[in-house]
Amino acid sequence: MAGVGGAQTPARKTKWALLNIVVVVYALVPVLWILSLSFKSPATLSDGNLIPREWTLENYAAIFRTSEFTRALLNSIGIALIATAIAVVLGTMAAYAIARLEFPGKRLLVGASLLIAMFPQVSLVSPLFEIERALGLFDTWPGLILPYITFSLPLAIYTLSAFFREIPWELEKAAKMDGATPGQAFGKVIAPLAAPGVFTTAILVFIFCWNDFLFAISLTSTENSRTVPVALQFFTGDSQFEDPTGSISAAAVVITIPIIVFVLFFQRRIVSGLTSGAVKG
Amino acid sequence: MVQTAPTAPGTASDSGAMSEGKRAERKLGWLLCAPAALVMVAVTGWPILYALWLSFQRFDLKYPDRREFVWLDNYITVLTNGYWWSAFWVTVLVTVISVAIEFALGMSLALVMHRALVGRGLVRTVSLIPYGIVTVVAAFSWRYAWTPDTGYLANAITPDGAPLTEHASALAIVILAEIWKTTPFMALLLMAGLALVPDDLLKAAAMDGAGPWQRFVKVMLPVMKPAILVALLFRTLDAFRVFDNIVVLTSGAQDTSSVSVLAYNNLIKGLNLGIGSTMSVLIFIAVALIAWIFIKLFGTAAPGSDDKGRR
Repeated sequence: MAGVGGAQTPARKTKWALLNIVVVVYALVPVLWILSLSFKSPATLSDGNLIPREWTLENYAAIFRTSEFTRALLNSIGIALIATAIAVVLGTMAAYAIARLEFPGKRLLVGASLLIAMFPQVSLVSPLFEIERALGLFDTWPGLILPYITFSLPLAIYTLSAFFREIPWELEKAAKMDGATPGQAFGKVIAPLAAPGVFTTAILVFIFCWNDFLFAISLTSTENSRTVPVALQFFTGDSQFEDPTGSISAAAVVITIPIIVFVLFFQRRIVSGLTSGAVKG
Repeated sequence: MVQTAPTAPGTASDSGAMSEGKRAERKLGWLLCAPAALVMVAVTGWPILYALWLSFQRFDLKYPDRREFVWLDNYITVLTNGYWWSAFWVTVLVTVISVAIEFALGMSLALVMHRALVGRGLVRTVSLIPYGIVTVVAAFSWRYAWTPDTGYLANAITPDGAPLTEHASALAIVILAEIWKTTPFMALLLMAGLALVPDDLLKAAAMDGAGPWQRFVKVMLPVMKPAILVALLFRTLDAFRVFDNIVVLTSGAQDTSSVSVLAYNNLIKGLNLGIGSTMSVLIFIAVALIAWIFIKLFGTAAPGSDDKGRR
């Protein structure tokens, strides 16, 4: 906590720059380590060096040769995208109603989604396992999509209703006065204002689905629907005697890339989404 | 940030169409919320009741014909079992230590991000990386880092041992991985709280001769209290669910299972639905208790509960 306001002396600038470096190192060290492992050849894998002595792309080539990884990657992308799309649509509808309309049961819905945000997900593993087996949803895409939608809905509803409350709704009325139909007023005036919020929410929900491990490992059993985080756990390498460290590292880097891209491009939005949803409620 | 109160359509002015407009609004509200509400009830409400029902039965998928209603037998079995209590205390330990350290680190990080003179954008971007990264990936990175030979940390810090194969050091690594991953999230929530502290108040305190620490404790913390409690509540509940890190780092060996890992093992590896469901219900109760304690004792305003004044 430096002083309030205060002059930007070179000494203070240096101090801040140093603090920045500490933060950057803190955030990146584990990422750099797995990146380095992914480029190491089998012979140098266990030399404990942070910078590979022999660089190779073999680990990446290897994981894309087997269906074990490519299938899991396809599952991850498909399941996360579908769950995100549905959760964002349902969340947008509910958040619009919460931010804009008066109706009995509104607070109940807000309370219920808060409860779900705090829900211990592991408590659902046993009953969902049994219910999904009975319904034939076990080890299928919908079997994972459904819980993902459920647990991302509170996030979507909170984030979106915080965004929606910031929209100047008077504009809609003004557009109608100028002769726009309700549909036009919504489509031409409100939707463009709401789009960034919806997009931000979609990124947050996607990150959540992409990350999940508990449901993915409990509600799948084969390559049919196993997602990458779980597939990593089952990697054995090309042959039984091969150490899968290189393959796991390469696969880990591949599924980290989309997240890094999101973070780099949409940093401002992710921060505003996370904080508006969580703190402003 | 200013909360613009949305003007509800059909208020006061058009009193003639009021009742009809109100009814239409109600209907639209319900219609728009119904799908979300249905999914949430179907995937959480119904299964938790079903878990309760299963928890009263002896139900092992390996012996399906021995399924039988046994009332509280499963609860007695679980609650008198050493593994359960070991997992319970491991979970409590991981939760308390990681949330405490995260709070201290997150607060420092939030202050850095809030006041940064140089490279604020860079710091914010970089600190989001741990939040976004798949927990399993991060856990693998920590696992390799602490494995002799592949690991830079293991080689540098414990050249003779394998820290992941001993109880205390394995737990410390689980906590470390947990802290690394979630501190940025805590920091972001706290930063949003910091934004609520008026600069004038800090200046006034400084004029009155309050030092940085006094300004922090006497001015910033009280103003930030709601944001802090929400952040702590969410992180505590989240930490109590710790699963990915433990599965990847130790698979629960050396008594490092959390309650989630234990429940998972009983269900998926043991295929024992009765015991698995009993644990599900017990974890649910534990989490409900934590939330209740936060809300009652610390007076956390649950987000959304104070919406009357805001809208």
